[in-house]
Amino acid sequence: MIGQIIFIILLSAAGYMAFKRFQFVRRNILLGRDVKIEGESSDRWGTMIRVALGQGKMFSRPIAAIFHLFLYVGFVIINIEVIEIVLDGVLGQHRLFHGIGPIYNWLMASFEVLAFLVILGCVVFLYRRNIAKLARFHWREMTNWPKSDANIILFTEIALMSAFLSMNAAESILAARGIEHYVNLGTLPISQFVTPFLDGCSDGMLIFVERFCWWFHIIGILAFIVYLSYSKHLHILLAFPNTYYSKLRPAGALDNMSNVTNEVKLMMDPAAQVVEDPLAPKKFGAKDVADLTWVQLMNAYSCTECGRCTSQCPANQTGKLLSPRKIMMDTRDRMEEVGRCMDAGVSYDNKSLLGDYITFEELWACTSCNACTEACPININPLEIIIDLRRYLMMEESQSPESITTMLTNIENNGAPWAFAQADRGNWTQE
Amino acid sequence: MAEFQVRTMADCMAAGETPEVLFWVGCAGSFDDRAKKITKAIANILHKANVSFAILGSEESCTGDPAKRAGNEFLFQMMAMQNIEVMNAYEVKKIVTGCPHCFNTLKNEYPALGGNYEVMHHTQLIQDLIADGKLSIEGGAFKGKKITFHDPCYLGRGNGEYEAPRALIQKLDAELVEMKRCKTNGLCCGAGGAQMFKEAEKGNKEVNIERTEDALAIQPNVIATGCPFCNTMMTDGVKHFEQEHVIAVKDIAELIAEAGEL
Repeated sequence: MIGQIIFIILLSAAGYMAFKRFQFVRRNILLGRDVKIEGESSDRWGTMIRVALGQGKMFSRPIAAIFHLFLYVGFVIINIEVIEIVLDGVLGQHRLFHGIGPIYNWLMASFEVLAFLVILGCVVFLYRRNIAKLARFHWREMTNWPKSDANIILFTEIALMSAFLSMNAAESILAARGIEHYVNLGTLPISQFVTPFLDGCSDGMLIFVERFCWWFHIIGILAFIVYLSYSKHLHILLAFPNTYYSKLRPAGALDNMSNVTNEVKLMMDPAAQVVEDPLAPKKFGAKDVADLTWVQLMNAYSCTECGRCTSQCPANQTGKLLSPRKIMMDTRDRMEEVGRCMDAGVSYDNKSLLGDYITFEELWACTSCNACTEACPININPLEIIIDLRRYLMMEESQSPESITTMLTNIENNGAPWAFAQADRGNWTQE
Repeated sequence: MAEFQVRTMADCMAAGETPEVLFWVGCAGSFDDRAKKITKAIANILHKANVSFAILGSEESCTGDPAKRAGNEFLFQMMAMQNIEVMNAYEVKKIVTGCPHCFNTLKNEYPALGGNYEVMHHTQLIQDLIADGKLSIEGGAFKGKKITFHDPCYLGRGNGEYEAPRALIQKLDAELVEMKRCKTNGLCCGAGGAQMFKEAEKGNKEVNIERTEDALAIQPNVIATGCPFCNTMMTDGVKHFEQEHVIAVKDIAELIAEAGEL
């Protein structure tokens, strides 16, 4: 009974903390301006199923993809077990689902195989990050927190899976010794290799091990749910809406700024009929997070900082300051900062995404080649944020590299980026 | 262009004709001496295949692509609206471009401003002409040569066209060799996003040098391109490594024209 009460208190506390945090994240995302979602929802579902559920883009790097698949499938399927744990905890039962018949043992056996694969995946990922030191995990923006964030999660997963396997091992021995209410789980594929280490323990010790692992496992999972909202690991949830709302148009297409269209129409013909777009922003381009769309802000919360974008970026590969991953991390950090300011009742903190986080030099190193958007396993689009920030620099602050100003003047005056006369466009036909 | 006269839309209108295709030449194709050769190759191919086409000539203006990518949406839309006005007045239905940037902008960014056309990149149109039997090419000059294709970002990743240029290289009986980064993984030449018109930011290498190294690693006879800006960048890269006597940088249109002795 006391166990049930403690369990319900823990469950409620974790639920409350998670709810508060997710509310904070949701509010921050909705700081972004509204945007018209184009295209058919069936196409959007298709993208989500292919890219997020099916992990389609992960497989351009097969080694990472396979081990990530272990973690992904393991995480999703083993969490079925969490339903049982929660019900056991609340109702004061033990292995509630065991009554469903032989399929229970079969399920438990498959969970164990997955748990082993999860541990294997985590070990490989820890190795890649900390020993093999893959370059993309060690760039400038990968400061202490992003590095620890990844390691914390990997170690936690290993601990949770080990607890699950030890719990089963203890259960099996207790059941074999005929101790009341412990159930026979049959021959388990992985925990059978753990039982020899526990065989020598007394019944009391085994009961303690079983209970300890059970509590450790569920408290770990509850803590993980809360931690998720502080971590890059939000991608496990947001990858789905993120891919659903990702751009369906060709990657090369940039959006049309309807607020500019109206001004240009009126400039060319003062009598022109223009229709106000209710969603059109007041500013031209983006200076801070609230000038971006909520989809762009969700992109930032979805980023798991894998750095595939940056490792494919031509500017970054040739030593420039630009890193598309940093664009996303900066957007998220700034969004959290704005959110904290709002909660503290500070309306204006004198800072902005443009300038304080992302610099002129980074923005102007972009070739708009779409390597970053192609590389992203969950269709995040750093390029559109770069372009929106450039738009603000250009149209609100008239800031651009000098040669760009010359190029634009040429386009305006003679319809070409160079100083050639438009009248000479057809001269090649006579040469 | 001694063999035939390229007509403008205005010429055609005066003669009461409506050409089937507008050949959108673009700024590089009109003014850059190297790119003009590509323009002429495209015009020769269209002529050889009996395509009814015309150019805008002095009525053509910048699509606005570099302005849009630089963040100047005002200038982009001004250019776009002027071009759309001209093209709609000529009742343009189908456009072929010599440049993937013009291609992308006309195809994807003009419809929102009232410009709806069927837009093709020249490699796509040439492929269609061959498929329809309007143009035939023999390997000739390039038979057995090693040719690699550098994907222009705005043709490949930007618009998903990886096959048309490759299919044309294979028509030349040449050996198509791929660089380690190709198709969706292709590395930019460094010119896009208005970079062509400015110095690169501080770094440890120029992008075109990095890309040329990819090409040199597979020792091709020809680096084929589909974009006049990529062409400039790769040509500079090859010169940087003093390989210009060994490796030619040519647009697919030039390869087709040369093979057909056009």
